[in-house]
Amino acid sequence: MDFVYGQDSLEDRYDQVLVRYGEIGLKGKNRHVFEQQLVRNIEKALAGLSPRKIQRTYGRMFVPLAGDAREVLPRLGRVFGIVSLSPVVTVGRDLEEIKEWALQMAHGHKGSFRVDVRRSDKSFPMNSMEMNRLLGGHLLRANPDLHVDLEQPELTISVELRSEGTYIYSRTWPGPGGLPLGSSGRGILLLSGGIDSPVAGWLMMKRGLELLPLHFHSPPFTSDRSKEKVIDLCRILASYAGPISLHLCHFTEVQKAIYRDCPPDLGVILMRRMMMRIAAGLARERKAAAIVTGESLGQVASQTIESISVINAASPLPILRPLIGMDKEKIVELARTIGTYETSILPYDDCCTLFVPKHPEIRPRPSRVEEAEEALAIPELVQEALAKIEVIEVDG
Amino acid sequence: MNVTIYLDNSATTKPHPQVIEAMASLLEENYGNPSSLHTIGQRAERVITEARRDLAGVLGVKDKEIIFTSGGTEANNMALKGVARAYGNRGRHIITSQIEHPSILEVFKELESEGLRATYLEVDGEGRITPDRLAAALEPETILVSLFHVNNEIGSINPLPELAEVLAGRGRQRPFFHVDAVQSFGKLALRPGSWGIDLLSLSAHKIHGPKGVGALYVREGLVIPPLLHGGGQERGLRSGTENVAGIGGFGLAAVLAEGEREEALPKVAELRRVFLEGLEGTDCRLNSPAGGSPYILNLSFPGFRGEVLVHALAAKGVYVSTGSACSSRAHKQSHVLESLGLSPAEVAGAIRVSFSRSNSLAEAERAGRILAEVVAELGEFMG
Repeated sequence: MDFVYGQDSLEDRYDQVLVRYGEIGLKGKNRHVFEQQLVRNIEKALAGLSPRKIQRTYGRMFVPLAGDAREVLPRLGRVFGIVSLSPVVTVGRDLEEIKEWALQMAHGHKGSFRVDVRRSDKSFPMNSMEMNRLLGGHLLRANPDLHVDLEQPELTISVELRSEGTYIYSRTWPGPGGLPLGSSGRGILLLSGGIDSPVAGWLMMKRGLELLPLHFHSPPFTSDRSKEKVIDLCRILASYAGPISLHLCHFTEVQKAIYRDCPPDLGVILMRRMMMRIAAGLARERKAAAIVTGESLGQVASQTIESISVINAASPLPILRPLIGMDKEKIVELARTIGTYETSILPYDDCCTLFVPKHPEIRPRPSRVEEAEEALAIPELVQEALAKIEVIEVDG
Repeated sequence: MNVTIYLDNSATTKPHPQVIEAMASLLEENYGNPSSLHTIGQRAERVITEARRDLAGVLGVKDKEIIFTSGGTEANNMALKGVARAYGNRGRHIITSQIEHPSILEVFKELESEGLRATYLEVDGEGRITPDRLAAALEPETILVSLFHVNNEIGSINPLPELAEVLAGRGRQRPFFHVDAVQSFGKLALRPGSWGIDLLSLSAHKIHGPKGVGALYVREGLVIPPLLHGGGQERGLRSGTENVAGIGGFGLAAVLAEGEREEALPKVAELRRVFLEGLEGTDCRLNSPAGGSPYILNLSFPGFRGEVLVHALAAKGVYVSTGSACSSRAHKQSHVLESLGLSPAEVAGAIRVSFSRSNSLAEAERAGRILAEVVAELGEFMG
């Protein structure tokens, strides 16, 4: 999600950012917990900049600025839970000052505008209607290129009259929305080098789930370059989530065993079942409560409802599939928005494209799958794979 | 256990220790701009002059016939586009082979889009262009023939003097002859002047020199326009402040390679023989022709995928490549091997092993053995 700040003559004059968050407000008794998580995540996103105290008021937050709007706004634009942001100028109750800043906000603007005054400080001598008229008239007199449009204005100048100060702003950017990361627990993301799984991970992070990505690689059947590609994908996810621990699982022995000892048409199903067992084992070690995959119904042979059912049976944990009902075009569009697409389409094999049978079973019967698995030393293979997991810390 | 046996020398070579040392001291002490009037500039200019003399000496040509470039690709571009632009009014037909490096083939396609007609000659069973084939393709309109000396993927050698003779037979209509000698320079004898070659491309990093430097030999009297315009360096043919340390490193690498060239050839042939000995009993096909350069060995293991062998060998410290390094990144089959008539399985299972005079017999022997082991281990999972 590219946050385009663009030109702004008031860049150095904004003294804080108004942060709006949506759903957290609905969370009843737990709201406090969610808000605290969001504050922590904002602080983390601003790490490395000068420290500042985030204010919480009336279901919104204020992040102070130190002339660094250009640094701070893009970072806030990637924090899950934030619905929108506006850089504001804070003044007192002096009417002339308010008029002057409202004019500044419209500086250089040609076309339609409106003024949107909200008064929560009822001790302010004018009500919002009167203020709207006063400021609108002031702007029209001072800037002949403006005209009023209350329905679809090109520019909205907002003025909030509150007891702690008057907030004036005219620009609002969307945030990613969702819930603060970490407020929904932790999951294992099965991350291939493809288009789907990073998107699935991003969507679950947006719902507050902290992720440990798990990538299966099979040297020499996969190259080190495909490993680098997964690290690059994690770097993009980390730009939203903060540092991420990528787990690399050496999967060659498992694939060899399946290839050697099991029917070829069940190869992919058995491989997916082994991945789920290894992911569940990692989840146990790292206290995660779910597995996340990028599967979409019917996209490939292992994603039919029968295959999904057989794959689920191998996992003691819920498998979350946020893309299950999405078309490929929609997934690609999201990947582009998030910024993972260009990396995902680089042509290095991941371990799913090797060992792929010519005629995979698309309606596997559970009994046949279980029978085929009798040839595998499952607990040993899982243990061995877990023991050889390598962890790479990836920064955004 | 962690050995490194580097057998990807046609992709690039490890810089010679003396080259590294010379370049480090050039970067540190001889940092001047050769165009500057003062003594520091003069000293830098001298490095270029001497490197030019060294290269000219190795090729047996005149100093002023050497133009330094950023590498083989630029030299090829400059030669082909230069002739097409300067002599396109004499005729509109150009000839090359089907198995050239992309920096030839892509330029040919570009020239075709500019209205020239191109013929892409098919190679014979040995991967060569024979004089007969060339003669049959010549037209009165032909202004340029561009052929490799040694092919980068299979090592086949074109008979340059005989090919030049065919062109000489055209008398006043003789087309210009450009040779891409990137894979042969410093390894095989090369006499552009007496062989009837007009333009010849060279690269430093294939002979234990630095990357980012190459040269184009342009026969005296042949006038081509530059690709890059600017400060008029290299007699106006290649503007841009000279890569002084790189050019100095190139000159030294060329002298070192030439000094060892004759004794290196039988040594490398022995490396190749010993390597192949290790493969006895494995199901492999030799794609390189018998009379080719011993420096390049192309093999197919049908049923395997070349990149899997490359990864498996790398895990054991042996570094080779599939087809050629340029085409192995993009998932496309080698156009060279396809032109030789290999089956799809043979093309997919091809690897290229390329030697250097700095490889030892023990390395070649060990690498051959490791390849045989890898093939045996993975055989069960391929096909």
